[in-house]
Amino acid sequence: MVVEAGSMQLDDGSRVAIVGGGPAGSLFCYFLLQMSRRMGFELVVDVYEPRDFSKPGPAGCNNCGGIISEWLVQALAMEGINLPDKVVQRGLESYSMHLDAGSVKIETPHHEKRIATVHRGGGPRDVKESAWGSFDAHVFAMAREAGGNWVRNKVVELKYGEDCIQVTPNNEDPVDYDLAVMATGKRTPALKMLQKLDIGFAPPVMAKAYISEIHMGNDEITKELGNSMHLFLPDIPNVKFGALIPKGDYVTFCMLGNKITNEAVSTFINLPEVRGCMPKDWVVPEKMCHCSPGLAIKGATKPYADRLLCVGDCGVSRLYKDGIGAAYRAAKAAAVAVVHEGVSEAALEKHYWPTLRNIATDNNYGKIIFEVTKLVQKVPMIRHGVLRMVRREQAHPERPQRMSEVLWDTFTGSAPYKDVFLRTLNPLFFLQFGFDIVAGLFSFKTENRSLAHEGG
Amino acid sequence: MKEGELGKVYQDGELVVRQGEVGNCMYVIQAGEVEIFREEDGKAVRLRIAGPNEFFGEMALVENDVRSASVRSIGESRILHIDKRTFMRRVHEDPSLAYRIMESLSHEIRRLAAELGELRAHSS
Repeated sequence: MVVEAGSMQLDDGSRVAIVGGGPAGSLFCYFLLQMSRRMGFELVVDVYEPRDFSKPGPAGCNNCGGIISEWLVQALAMEGINLPDKVVQRGLESYSMHLDAGSVKIETPHHEKRIATVHRGGGPRDVKESAWGSFDAHVFAMAREAGGNWVRNKVVELKYGEDCIQVTPNNEDPVDYDLAVMATGKRTPALKMLQKLDIGFAPPVMAKAYISEIHMGNDEITKELGNSMHLFLPDIPNVKFGALIPKGDYVTFCMLGNKITNEAVSTFINLPEVRGCMPKDWVVPEKMCHCSPGLAIKGATKPYADRLLCVGDCGVSRLYKDGIGAAYRAAKAAAVAVVHEGVSEAALEKHYWPTLRNIATDNNYGKIIFEVTKLVQKVPMIRHGVLRMVRREQAHPERPQRMSEVLWDTFTGSAPYKDVFLRTLNPLFFLQFGFDIVAGLFSFKTENRSLAHEGG
Repeated sequence: MKEGELGKVYQDGELVVRQGEVGNCMYVIQAGEVEIFREEDGKAVRLRIAGPNEFFGEMALVENDVRSASVRSIGESRILHIDKRTFMRRVHEDPSLAYRIMESLSHEIRRLAAELGELRAHSS
């Protein structure tokens, strides 16, 4: 029963439906119940999720690289949410950037493990028994422990009733709620439900990435890849960057960009700098658990209305990376908005939308940064300059780490793209980079001459 | 340290924070315990013991001042650093994140008030 029919404020006994129990839905549920209790009222929160995230393979997976970024690990710790080592497969303490011109490693501040790699589901499809749990199952369990009710069914329709929003589970009657929160990720049927409501919603624009899981075993991964994320900027059409993410027994192999073809995957996997990170006798497995998940490159239009809002990938997410971080920011902002300001469209526009708009605006800076990254991919002398500048900085940690910090924050998602962009406009950054490009040009020519000489 | 454990490991007796130093981060204990103590006239006076999920070092961030106490590991502990930049950026975007800091400071004031009351009761 809906309490105080017509009220656009949540109160004791108000009912909330969350459609989707991934990180966005689960974190929203957790924060909503935490904040409403702080305000002294109890809500009824139903989380509609047909899947079991502890299952291996596609049945339990949310198709993602599975990186919990540095800032998010810290923010969750500040929230009192510490990720257990049963869920974190590996803590990363550095990023290694590999270019055809060489490699460089950038360490975390304090040399501590502060980036977490996880599996979103129970692991790849061939996993029989894993020593690690699923990240999504962990946050979903947190939501249930906070008081969320798991309704193991999918939702097939949303419509407005009298002073409520009606959620229709599959093969069941509609249920009245004071608020419905869509956290369905990129699933098209769910996005169509929103479009049918005629609230001005337009779905996010997606690109196709490529992810696969390579079994190597824990010891081999520790030996070959260590606790470092390995990043590549290959000059392959439509590829923004590629990464090898070490986990427990698997390495996640990621290519981000758009419309990544099998040919691009094959070219990438056979690059000398990629092969150099793998064991010498490694052969590409014939069968790997792989997927081509959608990657939001433009957020949804108007992902809120009276008694309705979107969190996570079906709303606005970060460009190319840190989707879980964006889901956390949206979930928290949405919970604050609905508990303190209500569930009307006007309240959500004023108190929730600015958080999503900030992410969307920041993505525009990200687009500029990735356009510049293209130059690094395509122009050898710029690649040499980047490597030279980072190596020089890493050799003198007491000096300003301008390029290292720009690369670190761009590829770890630790800082907003706008911050990164503005730092590259610093005249000292330009001067040093220009110097390293020129100096790198000489070493590049010398290397080429000696190679030509060796080649006879 | 297992592969999946986050943070930095401190050995028994290792100093995490030194009284009087400028602080640019706070800390969240992931595993183990630490002793928070003040150095008074060359003696170490224990203030409290902190354990998993508790944080310390937040005062230096909030007040922009030097560390008011030292902290050392009791046995092996594992601690996550929270950078000032991350802390301030997050609190600026989401002021509700400061709630846990307020909660912690509130508990600390209660504890100190109780101790002060006891001391005054004994001295009168």
